[in-house]
Amino acid sequence: MKSICFYFQVHQPYRLRTYRFFDIGTNHHYYDEQQNRFIMRRVADKCYLPMNQLLLDMINEYGSAFKVSFSISGTALDQFQAYAPDVLDSFRALADTGNVEFLAETYAHALPSLKSKEEFTEQVGIHRKKIEELFGQTPVTFRNTELIYSDEIGEMVAEMGFNLMLTEGAKHVLGWKSPNYMYTNAINPKLKLLLKNFRLSDDIAFRFSEQSWGEWPMTTEKFVGWLNEIDPREEVVNLFMDYETFGEHQWPETGIFEFMRALPARVFSHSDFTFNTPSELGEKLQPVSAIHVPYPISWADEERDLTAWLGNELQDEAFDKLYSIREKVKKCQDPEILRDWRYLQTSDHFYYMCTKWFSDGDVHKYFNPYGTPYEAFINYMNILSDFMIRVEQDKSSKD
Amino acid sequence: MKVLMFGWEFPPHISGGLGTACFGLTKGLMKHDVEVLFVVPKAYGDENQEAVRLINASDISIDFKDSIYEEYWRRITYMEIGSNLIPYVGPEEFKRIIEASELESLSSEDSILSKNFEFSGKYGTDLMDEVKRYALVASAVAATNDFDVIHAHDWLTYSAGIAAKSVSGKPLVVHMHATEFDRSGENVNQNVYDIERHGMEEADRVMAVSNLTRNIVIEKYGINPDKVFTVYNAVEPSEKPNLQYQRGVREKVVTFLGRVTFQKGPDYFVEAARKVLDKDPNIRFVMAGSGDMLNKTIKRVAELKMGDRFHFAGFLKGDDVDRMFGLSDVFVMPSVSEPFGIVPLEAMRSNVPVVISKQSGVAEILVHALKVDFWDVDALADSIYGLLHYEGLSKMFKQYGKEEVDNLKWENAAIKVKEVYQSVL
Repeated sequence: MKSICFYFQVHQPYRLRTYRFFDIGTNHHYYDEQQNRFIMRRVADKCYLPMNQLLLDMINEYGSAFKVSFSISGTALDQFQAYAPDVLDSFRALADTGNVEFLAETYAHALPSLKSKEEFTEQVGIHRKKIEELFGQTPVTFRNTELIYSDEIGEMVAEMGFNLMLTEGAKHVLGWKSPNYMYTNAINPKLKLLLKNFRLSDDIAFRFSEQSWGEWPMTTEKFVGWLNEIDPREEVVNLFMDYETFGEHQWPETGIFEFMRALPARVFSHSDFTFNTPSELGEKLQPVSAIHVPYPISWADEERDLTAWLGNELQDEAFDKLYSIREKVKKCQDPEILRDWRYLQTSDHFYYMCTKWFSDGDVHKYFNPYGTPYEAFINYMNILSDFMIRVEQDKSSKD
Repeated sequence: MKVLMFGWEFPPHISGGLGTACFGLTKGLMKHDVEVLFVVPKAYGDENQEAVRLINASDISIDFKDSIYEEYWRRITYMEIGSNLIPYVGPEEFKRIIEASELESLSSEDSILSKNFEFSGKYGTDLMDEVKRYALVASAVAATNDFDVIHAHDWLTYSAGIAAKSVSGKPLVVHMHATEFDRSGENVNQNVYDIERHGMEEADRVMAVSNLTRNIVIEKYGINPDKVFTVYNAVEPSEKPNLQYQRGVREKVVTFLGRVTFQKGPDYFVEAARKVLDKDPNIRFVMAGSGDMLNKTIKRVAELKMGDRFHFAGFLKGDDVDRMFGLSDVFVMPSVSEPFGIVPLEAMRSNVPVVISKQSGVAEILVHALKVDFWDVDALADSIYGLLHYEGLSKMFKQYGKEEVDNLKWENAAIKVKEVYQSVL
């Protein structure tokens, strides 16, 4: 039996309010509560609630034959608790079935893996604890923000005690190799790797409703047909995607819910695939080889690199300034400072400052509350400047 | 005495200092028994109307068939020769089209346009078109109102001034707040330059806001020096007492406030900021304003790694400007080319010491201001550092600067303006 491994990413950032120069030092409220609540409620009603119900129905119908996994960022979980407790309940109901695995990630959906091992380890620890608290299971599989991975990051993840990690099946890393096997980290072979099959994943996540696509409209018949075309020796197809694909990026009118509802039956009747969680595959599959990733990869854009978040002057300045104060923040005890410290690390803030608007511009603009990357930078730096003043004051009050 | 005045904007809807200057001047004129009829393209309804009767140009009815416009129609066609309003035709073909269709356009126009014109009232892409239509309305205003003198502010309204003059036969005074050379450096827009020169040639008097501007008018536009007069701008005394604003930041604040465009020299401010911060990191710089160089400036600030010390406040108006000055310790105007420069006066009025470029008109009259060449980033950094660290200097500048600026009243400027009016009556 071959496996299909579904992993869905659930994330919402704490979007920042318009924060002006005049606010620096006088107003320490950074978040656009109205917007955050509004978006959370909208996505809850369009995606999280109906899709969770759909998954629950499918698990009830197919039992242990149908399984999925989730990674839910800490900022999303915090916003569920504040604005959408009904969503949290529906995730708990999924957790209770035993057919759903929850993965570990950085609490704030952040990028410390590129900057600070200590911060990386700490945030993963807090996230792990939060998942235990809410869903009663301890994550054993790790997925990094935006599937960012390198040999070095993998080594850190192994040190944290994980033996399995998910990442992108980037073409420039795999070369002739197939993503449909289990691999291992190049430095520490104890860390196994599952790689995203980006063609089949993106057929669902991005191309499903694209009428200019030659394969439109997509059906379960077609999709299972593609699964059957895969080399019979290959072992797993990893379908990794944003959970907001269902109902938010692909509207209900596209038929995305019906597609998902019908998929398992077609898989069971017309293929020798079944559904597994990542940790099950960690037990079941033997790695075929190590994979070398000297430079970080991600699942973003055509380049599958980090340039959506880091690399231009604005992003680098904001990112470097933020992490330059980590030591000082660690001396603070004010819980609000520690909370803001994490929320300000969320990768979305740096994504808004991205200036490569050309090939992937549409996707970037869709998620961007700012008119330009420059506005995003100004607003973020104003807030960071205020935050730095608070850290300085809190730290010195204890010295 | 009654003046028909053509402007383009009026507080609170302003995109530059022109609106503020017009407001101050009309108020000043009122104190000397000069009545002003101010024509502006679009009245939003909340302008301060205490000093002027504001005519909304969009409300004026036009009857194209009236013979009074025939003279004007000839002129507007003449001016269209230099315009680029018809796309995709070469200069010769364009000229031929205009000459052939001169009167046909008259008959087609009146079917397109209703009796009232709608002006957008903002500087936009169809500005040349707007300027012309504005001139058309001007002749209607001139034909139906009584006045002694016509006063037109900046090139946008010169066509209107000329039209009003030809309809009424009254003398025309044009006011140069800025020249095309100030706006575009040496890459002048020929259409704009031509309108400016034509306006000044047709005018009975030209007023320039500084000797700097007067010299440009004489040298680069070839205008007869005998009819060009310098009238310095002024600043309204603050009606509010200097309020104490809550300071959010402990560090001293150095401010740039103005359009972020080439001629205002924002890049020199940024480079100087880096130099000052290298000496003393406990200072904050603020750039308030927007413009076509803003993005480049933001990028440069990030590149110089001072994003946590250099802030962008966006375009400010009204109370926020006062608040910004209230929080500032030094104001900097590093303009590459500034016909006058009213903002440093507003800063001084709020007790903020100023550093200004020698290439600004206001440098001709200010004593208590540090003056540097705009390109001399070291001198700029030096001046900022000095005003921040040597209290004797800043104290002196605050005290005498305030006194100095309180004496630069629009009331006094208006006397000079009235004298210019009287010289042509």
